[in-house]
Amino acid sequence: MSATKLLETLKENVIQGRKTSEDIGIDESLTGTPGVVEIVEEALEADIPAEDLINHSLTAGMAVVGEKFSSKEYFIPDMLASADAVGAAMEILKPLLEEANVATKGKIVVATVKGDIHDIGKNIVSILLKGAGYEVVDLGIDVPKEKIVEVVREEKPDYLGLSALLTTTMTEMPVVISALEESGLRDSVKILIGGAAVSEDYAQEIGADAFCTDGFQAIKVLEAFEAA
Amino acid sequence: MPREGIIIKRPIERLTGEQVQQIHDSSLGILQDPGLLCFNRRAAEVFQNHGAEVSAVSGSDASSWTIKIPEKLVTDALTSAPSTITLGSRNPDNALVMKGNEARVYYITGSETNTWLDVDFPTYVSKTDSSKEIQVPEFKPRRGTVADLCASAHVCEHLDTVDGYIRTVNIQDREINETNKDVNKFFACLNNTTKHVQSGLTNLAQLGNVVKMAEIIAGGKDKLRENPLISFITCLVKSPLQFVDDTTETFIEVCQRGLPVVVSSSPQAGTSAPMKEGGIMAQINAEVLAGITLGQLVNPGTPVLYGSVPVRARMDTLGDSYGSIETTQYNIDCVQMARFYNIPNYSTSGVCDTKIPGQQSTVERLFSDILVTLSGPQFLHCAFGLLDCNSVFCLLQAVLDDAHFKMIRSFLREPRIDEAELSVIRKQITEVAATPQKMFINYIRPVMRSGEISPPYAFEGDGEDDRVFALANERMQELLAKPVEHIDKATTERVFNEIPGLLPGLNVYIGGNKS
Repeated sequence: MSATKLLETLKENVIQGRKTSEDIGIDESLTGTPGVVEIVEEALEADIPAEDLINHSLTAGMAVVGEKFSSKEYFIPDMLASADAVGAAMEILKPLLEEANVATKGKIVVATVKGDIHDIGKNIVSILLKGAGYEVVDLGIDVPKEKIVEVVREEKPDYLGLSALLTTTMTEMPVVISALEESGLRDSVKILIGGAAVSEDYAQEIGADAFCTDGFQAIKVLEAFEAA
Repeated sequence: MPREGIIIKRPIERLTGEQVQQIHDSSLGILQDPGLLCFNRRAAEVFQNHGAEVSAVSGSDASSWTIKIPEKLVTDALTSAPSTITLGSRNPDNALVMKGNEARVYYITGSETNTWLDVDFPTYVSKTDSSKEIQVPEFKPRRGTVADLCASAHVCEHLDTVDGYIRTVNIQDREINETNKDVNKFFACLNNTTKHVQSGLTNLAQLGNVVKMAEIIAGGKDKLRENPLISFITCLVKSPLQFVDDTTETFIEVCQRGLPVVVSSSPQAGTSAPMKEGGIMAQINAEVLAGITLGQLVNPGTPVLYGSVPVRARMDTLGDSYGSIETTQYNIDCVQMARFYNIPNYSTSGVCDTKIPGQQSTVERLFSDILVTLSGPQFLHCAFGLLDCNSVFCLLQAVLDDAHFKMIRSFLREPRIDEAELSVIRKQITEVAATPQKMFINYIRPVMRSGEISPPYAFEGDGEDDRVFALANERMQELLAKPVEHIDKATTERVFNEIPGLLPGLNVYIGGNKS
């Protein structure tokens, strides 16, 4: 397959939301044909630069997905499938980008705070951020402040996303922020909070940098931080 | 292929088998004592000729009779009344096939209202902050017209959940009178919907013209018998227990022509029927059985629907309270009685007490629409667009109703659970359990596109604004702009040549009303 054809096929599979050859996508007839992961591997073997894959296929494909979502042709599961496929591609490309000193869009650590085991929203945010080109370190659920502080110290993320669904667990968020302050790490990271229990007012009250209603807003918030 | 309707596999029932039998026995007893008061001579003669005890009411100058109907006449009538009734339509795919022992529900509009409710969305500006504007729906009542009836039939043609059309508005144009109302009413409906059309008759003298018109449109007399694209509603029994002269005469004439007809009774618990459930049930059942018996004596095999429009009285005004809980209970009971007799049932839901669309209207109609649907009537006259106890029709409300009937229809899909499916699902669960994020998102998409997932509420707005009425209004305008299949030009010309009294404005081929 020519380089141009590979880039086109990769873009189409991003639009279809097909991570691997087993995925059905929108067009069921594609099932069994290479998905994003297989095409990226084939493209790298053909010496197509990682930046070309990102610019001409992954980002361009996600732009089309975004348009389809805005026009209500696509729903969130479609958007997530595409973002997940792009996230998987970025995992493959990450060492190459580091080798070539190409800057990523940034790193974010996400966690559902201690006492809370709800993670649907946090997982959706993770997938969307990966699909948007961010490096995501997901610590999972019920994460104690000590663990968060440790990971922030080691990973040196640009952003920290804290999630809580319950009014009884959102109070753990300021505890985490205090722990980061005590460790001298607070100023090294922008803190975003989200979840059904929290709000813009709460974010201000506890000293977080932003409140996000959903994954789409999280991307906008991070882009605004980048631009600032 | 007829319309599918909704099959209710396990209909809800309120009455035990013993209670059904008790109501049946009480009704038979009522038909014999006190019997019915009859103001129609032909009906009295029919009953007398078949062995009923008929006696003139003293001092009534021989214009009213007491009729005591023996059990055998009733049981014979229940045997000869068809258990399967087909209601035809201009488009054969819109035919309705109703079986007395099959809980297949069809949603039909109606009944006839005098008032048409227009809606407008004027903009209001805040007194304290002129930058703040809101649009508020305003409803304006006026007398119904032929054009309104055309518009209503037109929109209902395009509403997916409407299976058949009962005229929704009484035409009160200046040019309409007693002698031309029926032909214009039927033509306005038939020309704007390809679904089945049902109506009452205003003037018996017009029955011949109405039937002739239907024969021309159906393609001949025999074609109309095969495909009865019109049927009639007759309230021949006025509660309590009185055969009314003119509607009984109409009923007899329709039966003689063998066209489908609804024997409708509408007692009001508390005034024209006993207040208690058992009482109104025994009485309405007796009234409907009396009508069915008369129909079968006039013309055995006449397709008759067991029509029930029971209602409870309001305690503050003694007017009808269609929105009351008891009204829904009575209707469900009637569905059960009709099923006991294996005769298709014309039941009622969705009629509300409130005067304009809004929260009360939604609660009242949805409550009865869901429950009566679940009881499994064959012909559910479910008050699309009706307000104020059947006296007002609002097209916007009909569009809103279509949305909630879609939700009911979606809810009533049969569960798809079997060994093969569960085996696939177990594999999915195992796969997802092994992933770090443990989400089934990848498996949603094929299900989402298969149509198995119910859509969101049709008039859901973006953000926090409630735009239900505005969005429903946009939908209504879209449907009005969408063409309908009118009766072809040659047939229209023939109808206008042979049927007197039609308003020229209804002829779409000479620039008439295209709704």
